[in-house]
Amino acid sequence: MSDLLQVRDLHVTFVTPDRTVHAVNGVSFDLKRGETLGILGESGSGKSVTLRSILRLHPEHRTRWSGSIKLGGDEVLEMGSRALSDLRGQRVAMIFQEPATAFDPVFTIGQQIAETVRRHTGKSDRDAWKRARELLEMVRIPSPEQRLKAYPHEMSGGMRQRAMIALALSCNPSLLLADEPTTALDATVQIQVLLLIRELQREFDLGVIFVTHDIGVAVEVSDRIGVMYAGKLVELAPVERMVDAPQHPYSRGLLASTVHDGMRGQRLEAIPGAPPDLAEVPSGCSFAPRCKFARPDCTASVPSLREVEAAHAVRCVL
Amino acid sequence: MAVQGPTLDIGGAVLMKPRPSPASRGYWQSVGRRLRRDPVTLICAGLLVLIVLASIAAPWLGLADPYKTSMVRRLYPLGSPNHWLGTDELGRDMFARLIYGGRLSLFMGVTPVVCALLIGGLLGITAGFVGGRVNMAIMRVMDVFYAFPSVLLAISLSGAMGAGTENTLLSLTLVFIPPICRVSESVTTQVRGFDFVDAAKASGASALTIVRVHVLGNVLGPILVYATSLISVAIILAAGLSFLGLGVKPPEPEWGLMLNTLRQAIYVNPVLAALPGVMIFITSICFNLMSDGLRAAMDVKA
Amino acid sequence: MDALLPIQDRGGPAQPLLLATGLRKHFPVAGGLLGRTTKVVRAVDDLTLSVAKGETLGVVGESGCGKSTVARLLIRLIKPDKGTMVLDGDPVDEPHGITVNELRRQVQMVFQDSYASLNPRLTIAETLAFAPRAHGLPAAEARDRVRDLLAKVGLDPATYADRYPHELSGGQRQRVNIARALALRPRLIILDEAVSALDKSVEAQVLNMLVDLKKELDLTYVFISHDLNVVQYLSDRVLVMYLGKIVELGPVEAIYGDPQHPYTKALLSARPSMDPRKRTREAPIQGDPPNPIDPPSGCRFRTRCPFAEEVCARSEPPLADTGSQAVACHMRVAGSGHSRAVAA
Repeated sequence: MSDLLQVRDLHVTFVTPDRTVHAVNGVSFDLKRGETLGILGESGSGKSVTLRSILRLHPEHRTRWSGSIKLGGDEVLEMGSRALSDLRGQRVAMIFQEPATAFDPVFTIGQQIAETVRRHTGKSDRDAWKRARELLEMVRIPSPEQRLKAYPHEMSGGMRQRAMIALALSCNPSLLLADEPTTALDATVQIQVLLLIRELQREFDLGVIFVTHDIGVAVEVSDRIGVMYAGKLVELAPVERMVDAPQHPYSRGLLASTVHDGMRGQRLEAIPGAPPDLAEVPSGCSFAPRCKFARPDCTASVPSLREVEAAHAVRCVL
Repeated sequence: MAVQGPTLDIGGAVLMKPRPSPASRGYWQSVGRRLRRDPVTLICAGLLVLIVLASIAAPWLGLADPYKTSMVRRLYPLGSPNHWLGTDELGRDMFARLIYGGRLSLFMGVTPVVCALLIGGLLGITAGFVGGRVNMAIMRVMDVFYAFPSVLLAISLSGAMGAGTENTLLSLTLVFIPPICRVSESVTTQVRGFDFVDAAKASGASALTIVRVHVLGNVLGPILVYATSLISVAIILAAGLSFLGLGVKPPEPEWGLMLNTLRQAIYVNPVLAALPGVMIFITSICFNLMSDGLRAAMDVKA
Repeated sequence: MDALLPIQDRGGPAQPLLLATGLRKHFPVAGGLLGRTTKVVRAVDDLTLSVAKGETLGVVGESGCGKSTVARLLIRLIKPDKGTMVLDGDPVDEPHGITVNELRRQVQMVFQDSYASLNPRLTIAETLAFAPRAHGLPAAEARDRVRDLLAKVGLDPATYADRYPHELSGGQRQRVNIARALALRPRLIILDEAVSALDKSVEAQVLNMLVDLKKELDLTYVFISHDLNVVQYLSDRVLVMYLGKIVELGPVEAIYGDPQHPYTKALLSARPSMDPRKRTREAPIQGDPPNPIDPPSGCRFRTRCPFAEEVCARSEPPLADTGSQAVACHMRVAGSGHSRAVAA
């Protein structure tokens, strides 16, 4: 089965007069149709930047790209503006943390979804409206006919997030990019949206990249999990392997420092220190300054991503 | 509580290592650094300094007497010997009058803004910090003044009080209190919403202390920037009032008044007639650009 | 200054440190042409809670349940419409009690947003010295105290005292916020989502520090969070809120081990599983929490409750003691009229 998406040695650098930020430093991964890749990382790890690069959403004049992002054989980093706008919305759709920003407050949900359908498929007004209704049904919004006439602010957070998913799927994309779509939601609503995404992914055989900082959420939705730190993927493994036998000291630390059931009274295994400043390109392993297993050769050169087992790769010298 | 080192093993040793960043910079230092890299603002500030210094030092610059008229030397064109910017309709030296004119014009521009800043700022910060009914009372009164266009308000106030420098200053001050008050109120309301103000309240500090330490430092910058941009409006309004005969009285040199008295000369020597206008234009645009530059430099997240 | 010595315990260990009775706060929502109040947000309704000396009381709930309002009520950043508070035997803001300022000496608060809660124009030392100075501590002593405080929260005073907030990481800023809360040597600290904005690896550092500080300084915490795991980790007792009301209150073991209210159950099973082989198959409850403007009549949870019956809409369930914990549900009240009500 061929890969839907192929990312190779992606580097993303933001240049402003004040400073240069090396946000992503050599990320490579593949994604198949029907597969969900969870990208787990803390703030500033480059997880969101990687995701947005797939749609080239960063401001062109301040961003330097290198490497390759191939979507079904087409190189995204070399696309012209026409091809790019075909890509966005048609082949790749994205959902965000804050659905309020994805909708225009002065139009109803129905108008906005129907307009998108019309623009991308050339359907008549009536058919587009019908399609919008189907979409709302698909994301299990109760009484969809009424909801189509609602303005974004009249909906609750969970409903808006569902509506955004409907909008994202309106043009049958093959790849769905999710940037912390459940972070702003309440616990009881978050699980509903996670289950919905999982269901839709199966139903439409979507490739999904799900960026999150929450390990629990990543475990709920992902087939494979990639852990990012300081702009690099430090570990990439099937979800069971990642939970049972994480190899990279950072992944292990992250799992150990996450509070969950049955840790009461125990001392938490915190990772000391804070993530590095991304203004400089590190000469060795970025995690070495916080790593309790660090050795002299950790800082000598950047460790390569090597396979410790089938489909399980780690960027660590140990 | 004894001065004990931390008994916490939270990787303190790693945490306590200073992050590799240069010596700590205060807010105003970083604003200054940004300003130094902004040529437009620097040039404008330089020009303004030049104009202000020249106006202040006018009597000692060895200029011609700005009041000395001459029936013979009327309306000399630019570049005439001894009068390189020409002479006006009464034969007075234009260059001297423009420099001396800056004194009154700048004074008329800056003073009302400063007065309005004191009154409007005080009212606005009070309204913003206290909120509730006090806010309502102050801001509704301001809204009443706001209902009139500023030019109209200035003209009607000056007209009612009569011409003269003091009355012009008074009417301009009244014109500028509402906008400054409104800006002060909105930034104060914004700052008051931050958690650090709540934290200060929770520490039991008095309202006055909180305003002094936590509010003023965060609101003065934006208010001052706004006030700077008003100076240009004040200069134009003061000039306008003088032009209409509601401000400074002849024979005082003042840019607006000069524009008025020279207007008959516009067919004879249009360039000459436009000179006071050029000065008003340069000064006000410099104030405006400088205020824009300041705003940009102060708009750092931190 | 006697005002800045540690405060002596008064009522003994059995007397609650803080007792709030019948707290209510409704926020008017301005509407209509003349700004007349047409609706109210019922943020907190008839809330009674006590905080024992030395315990950590966890408060959980979703957005709009009023947990942040509770925090602000307890430190009197907002005034309750109704209800009384007693701090170690002293009524607060009443004729024979202590003043609000005295309350704030003993009760402090840490906010969620580490950035917004620090004044960007002040150095860390200035921020920390503010409260002690406002209480009249001389400058030299305040300087010593700042050094003390920074060391207590694991920040090297020589490095950090003269920095500005934007030069610190989120975790470091939150440490400063905790240090500020300690500056007046309070007895009770209200932590309002204090670790929620931090990355997991940093969150663990701060949680460890909170545990240590509590022991070292003999503190009592009210820990407010939406993160059930963190609340479980830190708390001795847990209070579950839904739309401004307490739905369940009890020891952490009881709440997490044997939740009785349908909402608590749903909340607990909505936690993402950490085991890919035991993924959640079905969402425990559907829909979003309703708007706290005009909450449902009777039991406020009934619109999402799978067991709701006619009685739930008709009358409000009392917070009834079930032995191990207190639950506000008609199913736990004998003779309430609910078909699943416990036998008398």
